[in-house]
Amino acid sequence: MTGSSAPFVVALAAGLLGAVAGIALPRRVRPLGAGVCTAVSGAAGVVAGVAAFAGHPWSAWLPDVVPLAGTRLAVDGLGGLFIAVTGAVGVCAGVYGIAYCRPHGDHALDGRAVQAVTPLFLASMLLVPAAASVTTFLLAWELMAVASLLLVLAEHRHRTSVREAGLWYAVMTQLGMVVLLGGLVGFAAAAHGESFARLREAGRGLSPGVRAAVFLAVFVGCASKAGIVPLHVWLPRAHPEAPAHVSALMSAAMVNLGVYGIVRVGFDLLGGGPAWWWLLVLAAGAGSALYGILQAAVATDLKRLLAYSTCENMGLVLIGVGAAGLLDRAGARPLAALAMTAALLHLVNHSGFKTLLFLAAGSVVRAAGTGDLDALGGLRTRMPVTTVLFGLGALGASALPLGNGFVSEWLLLQGLVKALGSGGTAVAVTMPLAVAVVALTAGLAVATFVKAFGVGFLARARSEKAERATESPRAMLLGMSLAAACCVVLALGPVSVLPGIARAVRVVVPGPDAVTGPVTLRLHGVASTLSPLWIAVALILVLAVLRVTVMRRARRRARLWDCGMGPTSARMEYTATSFAEPLQRVFDNVLAPETDVDVTPLAESAYLVESVTYRARLGDRIEHRIYRPVIAAAAWFGRVARGLGNGSVHRYLGYGFCAFTGVLIVLAVTR
Amino acid sequence: MTAAGIVGATAQVLLVGAGSPLLVGLMRQVRARMEGRAGPGVWQPWRDLRKLLRKEAIAPDGTGPVFRLAPLVLAGTALVAAAVVPIVTTASPLDGSADLFAVTALLALGTVALALAGLDTATAFGGMGASREVVVLALVEPTILMSVFALSARVGSTDLGAIVTSTLHRPELVVSPVSLLAAVALAVVVIAETGRLPVDNPSTHLELTMIHEAMVLEYAGPDLALVEWASAMRLTVLLGLFANLFAPWGIAGASLVMLPVAVVVFALKVALLGGTLAAGEVFMAKLRMFRVPELLAGSFVMAVLAVAASYFLV
Repeated sequence: MTGSSAPFVVALAAGLLGAVAGIALPRRVRPLGAGVCTAVSGAAGVVAGVAAFAGHPWSAWLPDVVPLAGTRLAVDGLGGLFIAVTGAVGVCAGVYGIAYCRPHGDHALDGRAVQAVTPLFLASMLLVPAAASVTTFLLAWELMAVASLLLVLAEHRHRTSVREAGLWYAVMTQLGMVVLLGGLVGFAAAAHGESFARLREAGRGLSPGVRAAVFLAVFVGCASKAGIVPLHVWLPRAHPEAPAHVSALMSAAMVNLGVYGIVRVGFDLLGGGPAWWWLLVLAAGAGSALYGILQAAVATDLKRLLAYSTCENMGLVLIGVGAAGLLDRAGARPLAALAMTAALLHLVNHSGFKTLLFLAAGSVVRAAGTGDLDALGGLRTRMPVTTVLFGLGALGASALPLGNGFVSEWLLLQGLVKALGSGGTAVAVTMPLAVAVVALTAGLAVATFVKAFGVGFLARARSEKAERATESPRAMLLGMSLAAACCVVLALGPVSVLPGIARAVRVVVPGPDAVTGPVTLRLHGVASTLSPLWIAVALILVLAVLRVTVMRRARRRARLWDCGMGPTSARMEYTATSFAEPLQRVFDNVLAPETDVDVTPLAESAYLVESVTYRARLGDRIEHRIYRPVIAAAAWFGRVARGLGNGSVHRYLGYGFCAFTGVLIVLAVTR
Repeated sequence: MTAAGIVGATAQVLLVGAGSPLLVGLMRQVRARMEGRAGPGVWQPWRDLRKLLRKEAIAPDGTGPVFRLAPLVLAGTALVAAAVVPIVTTASPLDGSADLFAVTALLALGTVALALAGLDTATAFGGMGASREVVVLALVEPTILMSVFALSARVGSTDLGAIVTSTLHRPELVVSPVSLLAAVALAVVVIAETGRLPVDNPSTHLELTMIHEAMVLEYAGPDLALVEWASAMRLTVLLGLFANLFAPWGIAGASLVMLPVAVVVFALKVALLGGTLAAGEVFMAKLRMFRVPELLAGSFVMAVLAVAASYFLV
């Protein structure tokens, strides 16, 4: 082991220490101990990641850690980027958790299980991008899955819905693991070795069938982790039920590792592939982006909305990854590098604003006792800091200027637009569609986050719970502020992370840096420029001048326009459901909402109405159409299979005899 | 960064800032005359603004900082867009900082600020206007980006200065199918973005049919002046952008001498476009809210065809 691995060792050690602290410390100081250890582990992870992409890659071979296979670790630019992002999310979540986990009302997250598993979860996520052999990778992956499952189940005593969410998550993550395991083990068997170095050597030489099978298996396994439609069903269930800092870790760090798996195996180990692989990735990304943001636009639960927004953003990242693969294949290296840079920058940006949004949403749920947007509102006076921070995150998520999502979506669009003329007909047909998807996604994201911020935080409280909300404790605000600071830096000075991303891109698409320039972003091979900093400076200057010249006078209070009917009440306000209703109507065919109107007439006359009941339900159509039949079939099979075992010993002996005869016949025929 | 660029950008901001109420006045006057009324004259919007600016500032009950900031953001984004977009010069010092994507996103930022202000009032009208406005915004975005895509394909850049300069050098491109299709698509989008008929009726007094007006129902005095002025500026910037993307002649490059000419030519172009738009509105009724997506989908198809044409017809 070399010297530059020290921060990484510190990160893992702090994670383990946090687990010990979570078990051993008394309840009163347990969140503090575990939270500090998580934050330290995250900070060391950031240092380790930055060191890796600043030009100090390292590797280690620990033959004794896991019996038979040993443990192989290696951190290069690509792994370093993911380690740094995971670490940064860990710092914010750790600091936030110190206060968030303390008892508040009837909620308490200071139990041993949650406190001990949170640092372990972070450590396992830091380990995944550092793994350099199939065994190590799969072990870290599984450790991450199990740890996150335990954390999702943290509040299972409070709500029964947590158990259901946990079951969905467990099934989806384990099925993903099975597929991933099959793919990687098959790869290792075909390559006669399980270290990534060996796979890299053998990857290009394997038969196309094996390569395709490995890629498909890895893609499906990783896509289920990244929450790509239609494997996303666990996301909108698990996130609303998990504690906020766990949601942040899962949604801003864990889903990234799904993308990491696809990039690492598809580009690095298999060395790229035929166009259809990348068209598949691009199509999955496009579907995920559109479906995710549509569901987010009509969601009324704040955390469910954020979960669907994760589907959307991971979809956008995969659009970039798919375009990069396609262009790399077509020989347009600089553009492939640009698309990959855009994808990875968007991934980093998403981690920034999603951490902030989930932590702020947790702050709201903790204070108001509900995340239902239809019951929130008016939080700007009661929770001013949370409101401002959520607003910053929402600005980033809606890809508007001054927000961090804008820069990466701009890069993504530049890559897609420029790709039109440089890769044959497949590219020429795909790219306009991809641009249209990104554009529609951007528009719907604006609608989604205007709803989340405008309905959730502005206006007047729509329920008593929201009226009683109070601002969160300082440690939570500090955790959110750290994430917000990252978002601001990413928005105004993306150049601060672009060299690191360029290192990561160079691992998979060698060539010159795609994006250069200290203030104005200049693209390699594309004649477009953008300077987020100058736009911000110009806008703020103009705002200041207008503020001074036009808005000088004191304001007089006045009544709202109420059509002369007396004061308006909170019941007259637009809710999240009514806000999204036009969108729901426009996309009626995709969302297929179920609405019932029951009109009960008076007994005397059919024309006089006694009462009207209106029910609207908006489910996940993919879940309804794909998963329900599968679950029903599995349940049917279970019921039928139960009839086989009726307790009769004679029957069991008969089964044994039939099976034995069957095996003999098969052997006789095949030998 | 040239002296001519700086002077040009300043001239653009001043021209848009001072001229946009006149454009609105002109459009109202055209409409009035065609409907057989005398009309108040083109200076009326400026008189209205002066009157509103002298009034007292109001803080409606229950509104917060977002409500107060929104008019500033709306006007600020419009002014920055006016400085960036090639209106009288292609050498604006800010040209390299923002391309066509950034300009549309900047204008969207203003819309979002106003939508949030509408929600912040906690009245049904504010929420209704905000909800409708963001739906239009969400559906307009794909068309804009696809048109940008089509227009930038032949230039290889989305920088506005580059697109306009290339059209200047090769005027025959204007009548290419790509340009024509993109022009139709962008025209629909400009109408939707600026809240003109048939998407929205800027002179409506019935709350239930309002989109833009419903959001700004609670504004009065200087706030309202700012909102009205900003809306006029957005209209001018979008019409000017449209004019210069498809008919850039008369625009000044890096020379100071051309600037006065460019100012006059631009004023004429925008006045012509605005007059045509107003004349068209006389013969048109507002669409039902749920027919608007069909209109926008139509314009989106035009934009897609433009992109296809840019690839296959080169």
